[in-house]
Order: sequence, then C-alpha cells, then structure tokens
Amino acid sequence: MLPTHGSSRILRPARRLHILLSLVFALALDLLPWGRLPGVPGFTALVLTFWCVREPLQVGLISAFMLGIVIDVAQGSVMGQHALAYVVLAFGAVTLSRRILWFTYLGQALHVLPLLLLAQITQMAVGLAADGEFPGWSYFLSSFVSTALWYPLGLLLLLPQFRPDEKDENRPI
Amino acid sequence: MPLAGHSPPPFFRRGPTPLAKLLVLGSMAIAMAMVDARLHYLDWLRYGIATITQPVQSALSAPFSGLQAMLGYFAKVDTLRAEQARLRQRDIERAARVADADRLEAENLRLRTLLEMRTRMRQPARVAEIVASTRDPFTRRVLLDVGGNQGIESGEPVIDELGVVGQVTRVYPQHGEARLVTDRDQGVPVQVVRTGLRAVVFGAGGGQMELRFLAANVDVQAGDTLVTSGLDGLYPPGLPVARVLKVDRDADPVFARIRCQPIAAVEHHRHVLVLSGRAAATSGRPALAEEAIEAPSRTARKGRSH
Repeated sequence: MLPTHGSSRILRPARRLHILLSLVFALALDLLPWGRLPGVPGFTALVLTFWCVREPLQVGLISAFMLGIVIDVAQGSVMGQHALAYVVLAFGAVTLSRRILWFTYLGQALHVLPLLLLAQITQMAVGLAADGEFPGWSYFLSSFVSTALWYPLGLLLLLPQFRPDEKDENRPI
Repeated sequence: MPLAGHSPPPFFRRGPTPLAKLLVLGSMAIAMAMVDARLHYLDWLRYGIATITQPVQSALSAPFSGLQAMLGYFAKVDTLRAEQARLRQRDIERAARVADADRLEAENLRLRTLLEMRTRMRQPARVAEIVASTRDPFTRRVLLDVGGNQGIESGEPVIDELGVVGQVTRVYPQHGEARLVTDRDQGVPVQVVRTGLRAVVFGAGGGQMELRFLAANVDVQAGDTLVTSGLDGLYPPGLPVARVLKVDRDADPVFARIRCQPIAAVEHHRHVLVLSGRAAATSGRPALAEEAIEAPSRTARKGRSH
C-alpha cells in the first residue's frame, strides 16, 4: 500500500541522488523513438509530478522548467512548449501537495489526472499558436495512461525509502 | 496560500513563492516559444542541448532499429517472392523507356548546346534513412540518419522514387530533421501539369495538402498533377508533388478550396533521397536560390503571406 499522511508508516528521507536518477531515467524513457504512437505516457511529466507532490521542497518549478527545455529540444518542438506545460504542472502539484498526500492512491490519481490534462492543454495551446495542426482527441489519451501508472510508479519510486535502517524482526513500524 | 494581504511568516526559507516562480518561469517559457517560432533566435541553445541529447537518443533507439532489422530479416518468403515478381515486371516495363531515355538525353544535350543554354548539372544526392518521426504531435517531421557530418544542409529537398517528401529544416552533426510536405508550415512552389498554372501548395494536416489563394474560377480539376516549378531554385523542376483530390468552389466566395493528396509515400517510406541544394541553385536563379537555402522556413512563410 502506498503510504499517505493518513497511514502510520514512516519512510526514510528521500535522497537527492535517487530523485535525480529517477528523473534522468524518465527522461531517457521519453527520448525513446515512440514516433506518433497515441497514448504513450509522458514519463518525465509523471515522475516530476510525483516528486513535486512527495518532496515539494526539493523538486519544484525550476527543475520542471529545465526538464521541459530538454524535452523540447529532444522532440524538436517549439522551445518553451513543454517548459510551460511542466511549470504549470509543477505549480499545481506543489500547491496541492499537502492535500493530495492525505488521500489513498485512487484519490491521489484523481487529483493528478486534471493536472496532467491541464499541462497537455497548455502544451496544445502553445503548439496551435505556433501554426501546428490539431493532433486529434487521442492526444489526451496519454494523460489517462499516465494516471493509471500513478500507483505502480509510486511503489517503484518509494521502494528505496521503504528499506529499514537496520534489519530487525521485531521492528514496530 | 493567500493571493492578497499578509501571509504568516514562514518557518523555513523556501525562496520565492510557487506563484511568483510560476509567473516568472511561465512568462519566460511563453517568450521563448514566441522567439523560437517566429524569429529563430534560440537555435544556438537548441543545438547546444542537442549535442548532448542526440547521441543519447541515437544510443537509445539503436536496440529498436536492431529489433526492426531482425523482424525484417524474418519476413515471409512469399512476400519477398511477390515483391521480386513485381519488381521484375516493372523492370521489363521500364527497360524500353530507359533505353529511350539515353537517346533523349543525348538529343537534349545536343539541342541545349545548339541553343547555347547552360547545361543542367546532374544533381548529387544522398540516400538517407528515416530513423523516426518526431514525437511532437503538432507538426509532421521526421529524423534522418544523415547530418552535417555527411554534408547535408538546411533547405535541401528530400524525395523518394515517387515524388517530393519534404525539406531538411534542421541539421545536427549526426542527424537531420526534415519537414514533410504535409506539415502546415511547409510550402512547395508547384505548377499544374495540364495548364501550366503556377501556385504554392501547403500541407493541410491529416496527411493532405492544399492549394491556397487561387481564385474561385481557377482552371484546376480533380485528378490534376502538380509538379515542382523550380522557381525557388531549390527544388529541381518537374518532380511530382501532389494530385488534386477535390476542388470546392462554393465554400468561399473569393478563393477555391483545393485539397490535394501527396504523390510520394510521405508517411510510409524508410529510405529517401536528399538532393544537394547547391546543384539545384545552378539551374535556377542564383540569387533567389542562395536566399532560399539560407532561410528555408522564411521563404516558406513569405510564400504563404502572398
């Protein structure tokens, strides 16, 4: 079960290196040659949202902006398109962080979905303003797939923090 | 978080509030988008970051292209046999015309020298493979496996055996990015074969193209073939570009709405040919050609505003 503020599980603090590595790994997943396949989740956006919710003091809008610029270059889109979307996404996640963490994973995912959709709409607004074509409604499928990944991704990213300090069979929590 | 009035003093220093950061970074991103889309001032930053991301990207895509090659290796014998039969038939059909072409070329050369015309240079070309289409869903672009190190330059036409596929718009050291003719920003100067009418055809999205700004009574029919006019000095003249699908003269009182279908297998092929722009320039008007090579997107936009 994904620990929330409501649960009694105490986690080890998140390590900077771990956060950084997970973001780099997500970036690498986004750089794979997906082509125009519909419904491929935005991995960077998802991991970024996760850390913005979990560690709003460590990951925030500035990291979102920089990641967005890198994605813009890698995908050859208009500079600032992903940057703007990610900054909006990070703002929503950081602001809602304290609220989201009281919910169960389903409630968390339902909070994340509108944030991801808002980011996609922002991205589309920039794309269309720069003379782009409407990509079709399947474009928004990506947010729903990302939302479905919220729980498995959460478990995966929190795994290092589940690890106890010393192995103790009679550890109370 | 109160938007107005006083907020309680924070226990921990967090720097500027998220709202302040949103406003600053958001306006920065919007400014960057505007500058990049209209003025192209940010290319240095793009190429700087791309020198790091491009090698990573090609390393990541290597297993995928390997997998594709492996699957292709196991293609069914039937498919290969059918393809061979088809190719042989086409070969026979073309043999007569090829023999004729040699004779015609010799005759053409003689006539040209008679007319004291400048002989048109045979255009150097380079075979390129389409690695992937870019993930940006708002534009139609593909990544080529040749780049600046292989002598590719921005503005060079990309064709396949059927017709024009697109134009190289960005050149990285190892990769090139080509804009397909179906992209909304891509314009190709064309001529209607039947009437000789000159126009510019633009991408219309959804894999189609359109002829814009032609009067409602213009002599264009469904089924007409559009070939490059060569007026820009960039595309060699006579390459097939598109076929007219539908002419709608009632939708707009001033202009006809003319939908076209690209002739080249624009979004299907893996192997394309990149024509060298310099040779094309010798056949057209030199000054215009140089300008076009320097700023392909600018000329495309210029054509559009007419």
